[in-house]
Amino acid sequence: MNHRSKNRWYLGCAGLLASVMLVGCDSDSTPASFNVTVTNATNNQPLSPVALISHDSSYSAWSVGSAASTALEQLAEGGANTQLLSVSGINAMSVSGAGAIGPGGSETINIATGTSAQTELTIATMLVNTNDAFAGLASVDVSDLAVGESMTLNAKVYDAGTELDSESAGTMPGPADGGEGFNANRSDASDFVRGHGGVVTVDDGLSSSVLNQSHRFDNPGMIVTISRI
Amino acid sequence: MKLLATTALLAASLGSALGSAQVSAQDLSVTITNLTHGMAFTPVLVAAHTSSGNLYDVGAAASSSLQAMAEGGSLTGLQSDLDGISATHDNSGAVLMAGSSATVALNTDGASANTKLSVVSMLLPTNDAFLGLDSVDIPTAEGTYVFYLNAYDAGTEANDELITGGGTPGVSGIPADPGGMAGSGGSGGVAGADQNTAVHVHRGAIGDSNSTGGNSDLNNTVHRWLNPVARVTVVVN
Repeated sequence: MNHRSKNRWYLGCAGLLASVMLVGCDSDSTPASFNVTVTNATNNQPLSPVALISHDSSYSAWSVGSAASTALEQLAEGGANTQLLSVSGINAMSVSGAGAIGPGGSETINIATGTSAQTELTIATMLVNTNDAFAGLASVDVSDLAVGESMTLNAKVYDAGTELDSESAGTMPGPADGGEGFNANRSDASDFVRGHGGVVTVDDGLSSSVLNQSHRFDNPGMIVTISRI
Repeated sequence: MKLLATTALLAASLGSALGSAQVSAQDLSVTITNLTHGMAFTPVLVAAHTSSGNLYDVGAAASSSLQAMAEGGSLTGLQSDLDGISATHDNSGAVLMAGSSATVALNTDGASANTKLSVVSMLLPTNDAFLGLDSVDIPTAEGTYVFYLNAYDAGTEANDELITGGGTPGVSGIPADPGGMAGSGGSGGVAGADQNTAVHVHRGAIGDSNSTGGNSDLNNTVHRWLNPVARVTVVVN
C-alpha cells in the first residue's frame, strides 16, 4: 500500500515536471552515483556475478514468504543474473558485477541512478556451491545518503525455495559439484523465499551430500558497503 | 521476572534528564516475520514494559515462566509476570509458520512508562529454543524500525531432538512439529543436558536424514537455522 501510493505520487510529479519546467518536485532532482563494494564473507562459497539494481519503491526483487520470480530463480539456482537485471516497466537501472567473487574477495561496482526517484538499491548473488542459496539486500533506502557518506550492511543468506536442498551430485553449479544450474521445476517442499538454514554437508550427517565442511556458512554471507560519490 | 537493579537505579537518577519524550504514550504496530527455513513459532508474545523487569537475560537462569514458554510455548506465566509490572502486552494468537508474518498492535495510552519492547516465542520443533528481543527502547519518533532477532536456548532441557509430545517444564522431548516435516523413531542420542544451563545463544539443531530412525527426529535439511531467525518491524504511529 505504501509503495503503491508513493509510486503514484512520483507519477504525478513527473507530469508536473513535464508541463512546468524547472519546478523542483523532489528535494534532489540530480541522479546519484554510488560505489557498492561487495565482500565475500564465506569460507568456500564463490559468489556469482553480482546483480545490482537501482530502482524506485514500486519494485521488490523478493519477499520472504512469497514465491521467487523466475528471474530470481535463475540467479539463485544457476548464478545467472541477466534476467534479474532486465527490469522493465519500472523506473530502474541495473549493472552486473564483472565476474564471480571468491571467498575473501571483493569487488566495487559503480551504479548511477537514472533519476532521483530511484531511492533504493537491491543487491543479489548466488552462493554457487548450494542448490539455491543467495545472499542479498532487498530495497535498501539510499535516499538519505549524502555525497561522501557511506553505509555498511550485512547481507543475509536466503533460500529461494525453488529447489530441494539435496546437496547431491549434479545439482549445484559451483566448483564443488559442477552440476546443473537453473531448472524450471520447483522441487522444494515449500515454494517461497525464506532464510537459509545452512548446508549440512557429508561431514555433518548428510551422507548423500557432495559438499564438505569447508562449504558451511553462516550469516552474513556477504558484506556490502554503499558509498555515494 | 528479574529485577535489573542497576538499570532501575540509573533510570531513577536520570529520570528528569530523560525528558518528556520518554513518557509519551505510543501507538505501535509490531510485525514479526519468520525468517527460518522450516521452523514454526508458537504464538508470539509482544510486550511494552518498564525497566523494572524483563523476560530473560542471556547468562542468567531462565525463570519458570520463560521455561514454560521455551519448552512448550505456554505464555500464561510470562503474561502473569507482565501483568505484575503493569506491562502492555498481546500475542499473535496463532502459530507462525516459516516465511509467514503476523502483526500485533500495542497502545501504551495510560501506560506511558512502558517504554521498553520485548518479544519472545518458542521455535518448533525444538526442545527449548526461543527467539528473543529484550528490552529495546521503543523509538519515540514516528517511523518504521527494524530489529533482527536471534534464537536462544533456555538452558532448561536437554536437546534430545525427539518429538514425544513433551512440552511441560521438566518433561523431556519436543511437543510437536507444526510443519509436518519431522521424522520419528530417533534414538535421542543427539545431546544430553546443556553444559550452559543459563540462557545462551542456541547452537542450532543437528537433525539427521533418517525419517524413521537415526539419532534425531528432526530433518537436517529442513530444521536447521541460522541467525537471525526473525525480523521485527516496529511502526511507531
